[in-house]
Amino acid sequence: MSANLEWPLRRRVWVTFLIVPPLAFMTAFVVVPILSAFVYAFYDWQGLKRADFVGLRNFLDVLGREPWAATTWRAFGHNVIVFVTLMILQNGFGFLLAYALSRQLPGHRFHRVAVFLPVILSSVIVALVWKQFLHPVFGLLNKTLGLLGFGAVTTPWLGLSETALWALILVNAWHWVGFPTLVFLAGIQRIPPDIIEASRIDGVTEWQLVSRIVWPLVAPSATVVFILLFIGAFNWFELPYLMSGLEGSPYGSTDVLGLFFYRTAFGNQSSGAQDFGHGSALAVLMFVFIAAVSAVWTVRLRRREIELS
Amino acid sequence: MSRAAAHHAPDHAKGPAAGAAALLLQILLVANSFIMIFPILMMAAFGFKSTAEIFSKPFAFPDLTNLKNYVTVLVETNFFLYLGNSLLITGTSILGILTLGTMAAYGLARYSFRGNIAIYLFFLAGLMVPLKLAVIPLFIQMRDLDLLDSRLGLIIIYIAMGLPSAVFILTGFLRTLPSELEDAARIDGAGDARIMWSVMLPLTKPAMVIAAIHNAVPIWNDFFFPLVFVQTDARKTLPQGLTAFMGEYTTNWGVLFAGLTLSALPITIVYILLSKQFIQGMTSGAVK
Repeated sequence: MSANLEWPLRRRVWVTFLIVPPLAFMTAFVVVPILSAFVYAFYDWQGLKRADFVGLRNFLDVLGREPWAATTWRAFGHNVIVFVTLMILQNGFGFLLAYALSRQLPGHRFHRVAVFLPVILSSVIVALVWKQFLHPVFGLLNKTLGLLGFGAVTTPWLGLSETALWALILVNAWHWVGFPTLVFLAGIQRIPPDIIEASRIDGVTEWQLVSRIVWPLVAPSATVVFILLFIGAFNWFELPYLMSGLEGSPYGSTDVLGLFFYRTAFGNQSSGAQDFGHGSALAVLMFVFIAAVSAVWTVRLRRREIELS
Repeated sequence: MSRAAAHHAPDHAKGPAAGAAALLLQILLVANSFIMIFPILMMAAFGFKSTAEIFSKPFAFPDLTNLKNYVTVLVETNFFLYLGNSLLITGTSILGILTLGTMAAYGLARYSFRGNIAIYLFFLAGLMVPLKLAVIPLFIQMRDLDLLDSRLGLIIIYIAMGLPSAVFILTGFLRTLPSELEDAARIDGAGDARIMWSVMLPLTKPAMVIAAIHNAVPIWNDFFFPLVFVQTDARKTLPQGLTAFMGEYTTNWGVLFAGLTLSALPITIVYILLSKQFIQGMTSGAVK
């Protein structure tokens, strides 16, 4: 490699040719749209036409004025529930599975392929299959429960406000648990075998080994799966859209920010109105929230990695 | 026990407590694999049954010669049309991502110049951006380019979405190639382009496969962008077409499950054949 001042013209042209087209593409279709969203949020929109500059009004509307604010905050609350529950179900269980896989028990290769199988499927397939399986009368879940003698607890899981969001969360965990599992597994496999060996000789229990040695040493993997889950949980859209519909049925009990944003921006069957102003304001708020929390949390998690290593 | 032996047999814990723990972990793994696979097998099995059979005898072993539902999906719906669109869109997007991604990564990894790090970080920043949230400006942009309701519009968005990860994966790999390779070719009189094309890129294939899988799976499976951008049935992708088809056959569960199974089939087969590359590709970036 040489410094660019000594480069002949031909090489300067060559490197420019390599770098500029991808850079231009990224600028045109990632940077410009993101920055535009910030601009659009300050305008009133008439359908697809930008109208008057309205300052912060769209933001104040979605955060504090009806008919937006109540929906925004309810949806936000649901996103928080989804995130916290999946942290335990998806990432917690994923870690446990990763540890089990790392023990190289008989059949571990098969189990590794199996746990990742749902991850490669489209949300559409996962959502539609589980929607049928959760059918109150003919669904596989209630049929299975009936067969096992739990007929009394069968219920229309997606039809009740009390259970619908939890059903969606469980389906999401089924779909994605393989991802944190294999990220954690890669982390565990990077631990030098001597460390595990030595602690076993010192007679630590299995639980101590997992909680005091393995868990701290996979802190870098934890950082990645925590942040990715956070971004995913606050962007959640496909699963609720396909299983509960655009309004987050029943009675908005599964309404999340992704659905509210989509409804506001692109309209729904009942109103059909497109509101790009309020939609952009919601997108910008979600973007800023996700970016800010991810940034602060990443710094904290990285500090944790250093403390634990 | 030697280190090498320890490597081959990490499960060398002793005593009944350790044995009990291993048993518990084994049960956990078997139960989990069952929960992962059973619903997928049931989906495929229901495709072989009539709606009445699904309702009355869901657990009975299916008659695997009854292909009626599968034939219905293949003959009476636009399955092949959607499949073709998905292949075209995913394939073209990956081609674009790899071309532009390799160009940028090669320039960044093999030449040092002012602004190199800044440009690298610029691409990396794109990794954290959920492009979904920029869908309104993208919609306006595509309208202005007259690319609404077109496959090209989707391809452009997917290339933009995939470029950061491709640059990240390929730059990391290209940096590890020794510069002696370049020097030797240069002494033989090869120019920059020739060195890249004939010496370096053939060595980059494994990283390209990883970058391709990393992006192909989410693009193949995507539902959000087709939902917003494509309305014409003839241009729909497989996941999107599936929702249209579900609406049509709401009450015919046998056909529904046959359709879901056939949609899941292509990627499942490729995954089973290439599970190592799939896992490596999809977790790359998250795994060092």
